[in-house]
Amino acid sequence: MNKELLKINDLKVSFFTPAGEVKAVNGISYSLEPGKVLGIVGESGSGKSVSSYSIMGLIDKPGKIVGGSIVFDGKDVSTMTKAERLNFAGNEVAMIFQDPMTCLNPVFTIGNQIAESLIHKYGKISKEELKKRSIELLTLVGINEPEKRLAQYPHEFSGGMRQRVMIAMALAGSPKLLIADEPTTALDVTIQAQILELLKDIQKKTGMAIILITHDLGIVADMADDIIVMYGGKIVEQGSVYSIFNSPRHPYTKGLLRSLPDLNKKGEKLIPIQGNPIDLLNLPKGCSFAPRCGNCMKVCINHMPEEYSTEDGHRVSCWLYDSRANNNAEVKNNG
Amino acid sequence: MANNESKTSPSGYNSARKQDVLIEVKNLKQYFNIKSSLGKKATVKAVDDVTFNIYKGETLGLVGESGSGKTTLGRSILRIYEPTAGRVIFSGVDITKLKKGKLLHYRKKMQYIFQDPYASLDPRMTVSDIVGEALDIHKLATSKKDRAEKIRELLKLVGLNTEHASRYPHEFSGGQRQRIGIARAIAVEPEFIVCDEPVSALDVSIRAQIINTLEEMQERLNLTYLFISHDLGVVRHTCDRVGVMYLGHIVELVESEELYKNPLHPYTQALLTAIPEPDPEVAKKRNRIILKGEIPSPVNPPSGCKFRTRCPFAKDICKKEIPEFKEHGSGHYVACHFAGKL
Repeated sequence: MNKELLKINDLKVSFFTPAGEVKAVNGISYSLEPGKVLGIVGESGSGKSVSSYSIMGLIDKPGKIVGGSIVFDGKDVSTMTKAERLNFAGNEVAMIFQDPMTCLNPVFTIGNQIAESLIHKYGKISKEELKKRSIELLTLVGINEPEKRLAQYPHEFSGGMRQRVMIAMALAGSPKLLIADEPTTALDVTIQAQILELLKDIQKKTGMAIILITHDLGIVADMADDIIVMYGGKIVEQGSVYSIFNSPRHPYTKGLLRSLPDLNKKGEKLIPIQGNPIDLLNLPKGCSFAPRCGNCMKVCINHMPEEYSTEDGHRVSCWLYDSRANNNAEVKNNG
Repeated sequence: MANNESKTSPSGYNSARKQDVLIEVKNLKQYFNIKSSLGKKATVKAVDDVTFNIYKGETLGLVGESGSGKTTLGRSILRIYEPTAGRVIFSGVDITKLKKGKLLHYRKKMQYIFQDPYASLDPRMTVSDIVGEALDIHKLATSKKDRAEKIRELLKLVGLNTEHASRYPHEFSGGQRQRIGIARAIAVEPEFIVCDEPVSALDVSIRAQIINTLEEMQERLNLTYLFISHDLGVVRHTCDRVGVMYLGHIVELVESEELYKNPLHPYTQALLTAIPEPDPEVAKKRNRIILKGEIPSPVNPPSGCKFRTRCPFAKDICKKEIPEFKEHGSGHYVACHFAGKL
C-alpha cells in the first residue's frame, strides 16, 4: 500500500496572459502522508494557492498545467476522466477558501447547499437521512440550533459562521485531504482562533490530512507538522515545523522570521527583507530571490539553485548549501 | 523638512510624554443613523463615550476587532466625521466647534494614512501631483521650483526614487504605494498622524520596511501617532501605549509592556491568547482562551457591560451596570466590574 497520500512531482503551472507567460508554479515537488498537516507559506504571487488549485483541477484558462504529475492515493490526477475527477473532487479532496462570503450561494438555504454536497457523495439518499446527516455536520462544526439554521440563508450568518458552514460542506464527502486556502484571513482574531481550534479538533476526530495555505507564520507554527516555504513559484525550503522555525536555512525564510515583530521584544528595529515582491512576468535567470538576497553570489544570478538536503530532513534550494560554496556561508548569513 | 512649528521638547518622547498632552478626547460619541432594509430607523453607536489623552511624541495603539469602532474613532478625532457629542481638544483648542476656515489650519497639523494603498491614491494623478496637492492646498510652496524641490525631498525621505515623481500609482507595488501615502501625509508638516492599519494590506516581507519608515519619520519629525491595527504583534512593536476597543468602548488602556504582561480586562486576555504565535514550541503548548460567539451588532448592543455576552466570567452585575473606566494602578485604565479580581 502506498504510504504517501499525495505526491506532487515537478509540477508546473503557467498562465498565458497577453503580457506573456506567467510561470505561477515553476517546478515544485512534495509529498504528504495521510493524517498530516502541511503548511504552505508564501506571499502573494508565490504560487501557494495555484499549486493547490491544480490538485483540485481548478486551473482554468488562461492557466494550464504545463508539466509534472500529481498522484493522489496511487492515482494520477491528470489522467483522470471527467467522471473520475468529479468523484475525486469533493469526496477525496475538499477545499475551503479565504472568503466565506462569496463561496456560498446567496439564493439557497444552508440546508440546500449542504445537501448538495451529501448527494454528491452518496447519490440517492432519503430526505430524513439527508436532514439527519446535515444536522450532524453542523453540530460537528459547532453551529448551535442546527435544525433551525438549516432553513436559513447565507446572509443570516456571520463571517465566522459561514466559514463553519463551508467546513461542514467540505466534510460532507468525508475527504481524505482538506485544502484550506487562507481559511481565516478574512476573519477577526478571536474568530480566527475559534476556526483554527475547530480545524484541529476535526482533524483529530476524522484523521484527514490538511494542506493549510497561509501567509501567517503564526498559524502554521500552531497547526502544521511540516512546512513548505514558497517564493516566486518555487519551493525554497521545506522541513518539519520545528526545524523550519528553529533552524531556517534559506535566506528568505530567515528574513521572514526576522522581520516579524516579536511579541516579546519591543523597541528593537525590525529587520525587513529589502526590495520589492517578485515580478512573475520577468523572472530572474537564476534564483528568484537573488535580487533581494543579502547573501547573493555570482552563481545565484545566473543559475537556478539545486535542492540540497540537510541532516535533519530539511530540504533547501540555495547555493549557499552547495559544497563548492564558501564555507563562510553560515557566518555571512547573519548579515 | 524641519518641523518648524512644533514646540516639542528636544529631549525625546519618553521624558516629554508625561507632561505634554497633544490631544484630549472627552466623552466623544459618534452615532450613525441607519435605515434597515425594512425601513426601520436605528442608531449605530460606533463610538460611545470615549475619553482619553494622546501625549506628544507617543504612539498610541488602538486594537480591536472589526466593528469595534477603532477606525471611526480615528476619523472622528480628525473631524472626517462630525462627532455626535463630546470634545476633541488639540493643543488646547476645541476643534469640534471650529468653523471650516479655521479647521483647515488644524487639518494641516493632523493627517491620515489609510489602510488600502490601492484605493487611497487617485489612479489618474502622478506621484508628484498626489504629494503636491497637499502642498498646494496649504500653500506651502513658494514657487514651482520650490514645489518640485519639496516633492523630491519628501520622496527621498520615505525611501522612493526621485525619478518616481512623474509616474502613476499603478506602476508601484503595495509597499511603494504606502510610501507615497506617507509622503503625502508628512508633506504638510503635521504634528499628528492617524495610521489606520498601515501595513495590513501588505505582504509580510514588506510590512517591516513600512513600519521602520513610519518609525524613522516619527523620530525625525517629532510626530505623534494614533496607530490603528488588529495585529497585536505589530502594535506591541510600535506602540508606547495601547487602547483596546470593544463595541465602541475603550475597555482597557495602558502602557503596551504592561498590557501584554498583565492584561486586566477579560477581553484583552482572550485577544492576547488568540494571536497566532510564530514559534511552534510556544504555540503548541499554550492554553488559548477561546471566546464564544462573535461581536454583537452595534445596532442592538447588550445592556450593561457590552462584553458580557462573550465573557467567561460574566455575573449578574455585568448585565445591569455599565462598568466604569477606572484607573487600576498607575496609568492602567480598565472598564470591568471585576478588574484585578479575575
